[in-house]
Amino acid sequence: MTALLETRGLSRSFGGLIAVSEVDFTLMAGEVRAVIGPNGAGKTTFVSLIAGRVPPSSGIVLFEGEDITRLPAFRRVRRGIAYTFQITSIYANLSVSENVELAAHQSGAAGSRAALEHVGLADRAQQIAGTLSYGHQRLLEVAMGLALHPKLLILDEPTQGLSDAEIANFIELVRGLSRDTTVLLIEHNMPVVMDLAHRITVFDRGAILAEGSPGEIRADPAVQTAYLGSADA
Amino acid sequence: MSGNLTKVVLLHLAVLVALFAGQFFASDYAVLTLTRIMVLAVYAVGYNFLFGYTGLLSLGHAMFFATGLYVAAIGTTRAGLSVPAAFAMAIVIGFVVSLVMGAIILRATGVAFMIVTLMFSQAAFLTVLYFGEFTRGDEGIVIPDAIRSFIFLGVPVDLTSEVLRYNMALAILGCAVALTLVLVRSRFGHVLIAIRENENRTAMLGYDVARYKLIAFVISGMLSAVSGATYALMFAYAGSTLASIQYSIHPLLWTLLGGASTVLGPVLGTALMFLLVDFASSFTNANLLMVGAVLILLVLFFPKGIIGTLRQRYVPWLP
Repeated sequence: MTALLETRGLSRSFGGLIAVSEVDFTLMAGEVRAVIGPNGAGKTTFVSLIAGRVPPSSGIVLFEGEDITRLPAFRRVRRGIAYTFQITSIYANLSVSENVELAAHQSGAAGSRAALEHVGLADRAQQIAGTLSYGHQRLLEVAMGLALHPKLLILDEPTQGLSDAEIANFIELVRGLSRDTTVLLIEHNMPVVMDLAHRITVFDRGAILAEGSPGEIRADPAVQTAYLGSADA
Repeated sequence: MSGNLTKVVLLHLAVLVALFAGQFFASDYAVLTLTRIMVLAVYAVGYNFLFGYTGLLSLGHAMFFATGLYVAAIGTTRAGLSVPAAFAMAIVIGFVVSLVMGAIILRATGVAFMIVTLMFSQAAFLTVLYFGEFTRGDEGIVIPDAIRSFIFLGVPVDLTSEVLRYNMALAILGCAVALTLVLVRSRFGHVLIAIRENENRTAMLGYDVARYKLIAFVISGMLSAVSGATYALMFAYAGSTLASIQYSIHPLLWTLLGGASTVLGPVLGTALMFLLVDFASSFTNANLLMVGAVLILLVLFFPKGIIGTLRQRYVPWLP
């Protein structure tokens, strides 16, 4: 089995602040990987480096074995890396179907219809996206990611602000997707992470603190310290 | 959608037919005024393509208008070009200037974009004054009537004829409107609107945003140059006032008045503003005060411009 995505020595600093430091990371095709960590651990910067929204200070990113470090974001999207924003970023003034059609380069109207059906928004296709409820806007964001037919789908805190019922649906949705798409998920909601992820990567202060199966991570004392603080701190 | 397409095409054709029919009823003065309006409306249509559909607010389009204007005027009076050759040359140079300017200016975004366009346009204006020997500064170049009567492909053309000018202006405006209509309904146009609505998102859907913006910039700049060249050749005059900041602001106001990101808005806006200034000038020389008052009313009651507000309230299918 080959790695879909690999980073070597990936770093990014903003002025004096080192947001991501020397990260070596490997993601296998077909995986659902969760990235967790305290606020400010560098998770969003890390996935932004992968998606090409932020250029790295040093290090390289390999996708399907090819160096994509210098590729602009839109070319990475065309190679199969889709990114959904942490803060919902849709075309609020366009209709739901127009939103998804913009994402469905290759598959056109049929592909956009399929993506909407997948997330359960097909009956709202003509509605103006800005008038959707927050939960539905998050789903629309995911539908746009799906319509790109990505090899790697990056979800940045997808369940933030969703109700429990919506979260349950979302878990089913992502589980369904993971049959043909590799998923990289930043998530704060631990039940979601434990339920979905095959493996978990824990970030702390810009570096990988631990990596393993949900069970291993749960038992890891270093992870507990990072999240809860240590007794002698 | 196909039902809407028919309606859209019929509406725009009806406007053009009405303008065509207008010449049989209008007085000589009205024909001349309408000719000017139609030529300047091409400028507004070009401006709106960048501002309304792509969301880039330029404060320096006078440099493209002036490019067309001066290439046509200097080309015919100094370089010995025929009118059609000068017109073609204006389009080519308009293309080159917009491409080079776009490549530089589009590195800036937001407010910086506005300021950089303004800066380059002022530089262009000062260049016109600096080379006063060729441009004759604010006194301007007058194109002699002898040059404006010529034979094109065996057909005698006389640009001093009011009827001919009117119909040529109408034809050029018709082309500009048709081009905008086709582009904004195309996939390309949808991507431009997507960039206007949310540039980051559009890049993250795999679109080369910089390339789309540059193409929109060039189309807009070329239409402005076409308008400038037509203006010089039809009205036999090119002066530095037409390259000044006022002429960068005009198309913005016309577009806002008629409705940004509507195909016909800039045409209507140009006409109304022109007629308003004309009307105000007949009894006061403080006509800019009138313009200001109208703009305040506009912002209060028609924030999306006249056609933009109509579309919002009554006719959602308007492009």
